[in-house]
Amino acid sequence: MFHLHKVKTVLKTHSLDTAAIRKDFPILSRKVQGKPLVYLDNAATSQKPEEVVQAIQSYYRSYNANVHRGIHDLSEEATAAYESAREKIGSFINSKRREENIFLRNATEGINLIANTWGKKNISKGDHILLTIMEHHSNIVPWQLLAKENGATLKFVDIDDEGKLMLDQAEEMIDEGPRLLCITQMSNVLGTINPVKELIARAHDHGVTVLIDGAQSVPHIPVDLQDLDSDFFVFSGHKMLGPTGVGVVHGKRELLEEMPPFLTGGNMIKEVHMTEARWSDLPWKFEAGTPDIGGAIGLATAVEYLSSLGMKNVCALEKELTKYAMDRLIDIPGIHIYGPRDLENRCGIIAFNIDGIHAHDVSTLLNQDGVAIRAGHHCAMPLMERLKIPASVRASFYIYNTQKEIDVLVESLINAKRIFGS
Amino acid sequence: MSSDLYREIILDHYKNPRNYGKLERPDLTSRESNPLCGDIVEIQMALDGNKIGAIRFNGEGCAISRAATSMLVEYIEGKPLEEVKEIDKAVILEMLGVGEIGPSRIKCALLGLKVLKMAAYAHLGAKLSEEELREY
Ligand SMILES: Cc1ncc(COP(=O)(O)O)c(C=O)c1O
Repeated sequence: MFHLHKVKTVLKTHSLDTAAIRKDFPILSRKVQGKPLVYLDNAATSQKPEEVVQAIQSYYRSYNANVHRGIHDLSEEATAAYESAREKIGSFINSKRREENIFLRNATEGINLIANTWGKKNISKGDHILLTIMEHHSNIVPWQLLAKENGATLKFVDIDDEGKLMLDQAEEMIDEGPRLLCITQMSNVLGTINPVKELIARAHDHGVTVLIDGAQSVPHIPVDLQDLDSDFFVFSGHKMLGPTGVGVVHGKRELLEEMPPFLTGGNMIKEVHMTEARWSDLPWKFEAGTPDIGGAIGLATAVEYLSSLGMKNVCALEKELTKYAMDRLIDIPGIHIYGPRDLENRCGIIAFNIDGIHAHDVSTLLNQDGVAIRAGHHCAMPLMERLKIPASVRASFYIYNTQKEIDVLVESLINAKRIFGS
Repeated sequence: MSSDLYREIILDHYKNPRNYGKLERPDLTSRESNPLCGDIVEIQMALDGNKIGAIRFNGEGCAISRAATSMLVEYIEGKPLEEVKEIDKAVILEMLGVGEIGPSRIKCALLGLKVLKMAAYAHLGAKLSEEELREY
C-alpha cells in the first residue's frame, strides 16, 4: 500500500529520562513467560505510576467518604479532593470553566451521554451526522442508534491511501451542513492526528456542532480546549496513566445547560418532590449517583505526573520512538504498515500485518517473548473494511517504552516469520 | 502457552487447508464469527443418506482456527452426521496435538466445531447444550 522509504522528519528534542520514568512503574519489572515484560499495548490502556496507585490508596485508607453529602470532616476532605481533581484535570486540557468537566466512567459513556441528551433533543428526521471512517465503535454505534430512532442518517469522511483524513472531502461534507460532526483527534489504529482545530472552525462557520473523541489524543499530545473550541470533547482516564472507571466529558456551558439529564437519581438534583424534581447545577446535573471518587483523585494525580513531564516532551519522546520503530519495522520483508509516514501527522501507534501470518498468531508468538501488543479489529471494523483487512497487529508506545524494547519487538517478529516460514 | 502450539502439522493445515472452499449444492450451511478477534468460519455439507457426503469450509482466521477446522472437516467427511455430537473440546485438542490452549485462543480452536455443530444440530433437531454454548 505504501512506498517503503524511511521516515523523513525532523524530530523535536525532549528532556525526559526514560530510565527514571520506568522506576515509577512497578509493573514494568515483572516477567511474562519468563521474559521481561515489553508492554506495547498502551492504546488499549496504559500502565499506572506508583504515585497514582498511592493516591487512590490514600483516599481509601485515610479519608474515604461520600461526596457532597456528609457534614463531617471525612466527607469534606473527600469532596474537596474530588472537586480539586476536576479543577486539575480541567486545567490540564485548558477548559474554560470548571463546571464544564463532567466525570463519567469513560469516553464511551461520554459519547452515549451526548447522543442521549443533546442528540435526542437536537437531531431530527432528515438531519445527518458526519463521522469519519476511522472512528472507534464507541463514536459510531451511539450515533447509529440515534439515527435509527430519530430518522437521521450518517455520512462518513474517507481516508486517503496513506491513512490521512481526506481534508477536501471533509470540508465539502461540512459545508453540506450536518447537524453534528463527530471526529477523533487521533486514530487508535492509524495513529493519524486529525487537524481538528481547522475542522471545528469550518464547522462553526456553517453552524455545525462538533464532538471530538480525545481518547487517544489527551494521553499523548498537548490538548487545549479553549484553543480548539470544540463543543463536546470526551476522553478516558485509563489510557493516560489514570485508573479504569473514570473519564471526562467536556461540554460548552451553554450546551450543557440546555440539555436534559442523562442518568437520574441522587446527587444530580436540587429538590425532589413526589412528582417532580429540579436538577442540580453543572456539572452535578450529569453526575447521578455516587461517582468514582477514588478514580477521579487517581486521574488528577496522573495529570499532575504528565504535567511534570510536560506534554510537549511526552509527544516528542513518543515521536522519537515511533520514528525508530518505523525505520526498523520497514526493513522486515512482507510487512504492511498502515497510517501516515510523516511524523507531523501521527503519533505512537503503529498498526501492521505480516504476509502469511494472521495477526492473532503474531500476538501469541510475541507474547511468548514477553511482548504485549494488540491483535484484532481494534474496535474499528468500518476502518478495517476500508483497509480491506480482517485484522491487524498494533504496537502502541508510551513514556516508559525504550528503543531496546522495540528491538525485542522486531526480533520477535522475525522469529514469528521464521516459525511460519514466510 | 508453549511454542509447540505452532507445530509443523498445524502450520501445514494452515497453509494447505483441507476441504477448503464451497460446495455447489450444499444441504446444510452454517457460519459464525468470533466477536473478539473477527475470525469467521463457514461450513457447508452435502448429505449422502445420513452420512456427510461432502464437506467444505471457508472463512478468515488465524492458524489455530483454520488448522482446527481443517482437521475437523477432514476427519468428519464420510462419517454419519450423528457423530458430530460425539466431538468435544478434548477431541479438538487431541487433533491439534496440544494439551491446553489459553483462554483467549481456545475460542479460535473451537470456532469450527461450533459451526459444524450448528449446521448438524439444526438438521438433527438437536440444540447446543448450555455447556457447549459456554465453551464456544
Ligand atoms: C479513539 C478511541 N475512542 C474511544 C475509545 C473508547 O474508550 P473507552 O473504552 O475507555 O470508553 C477508545 C479506546 O478504546 C479509543 O481508542
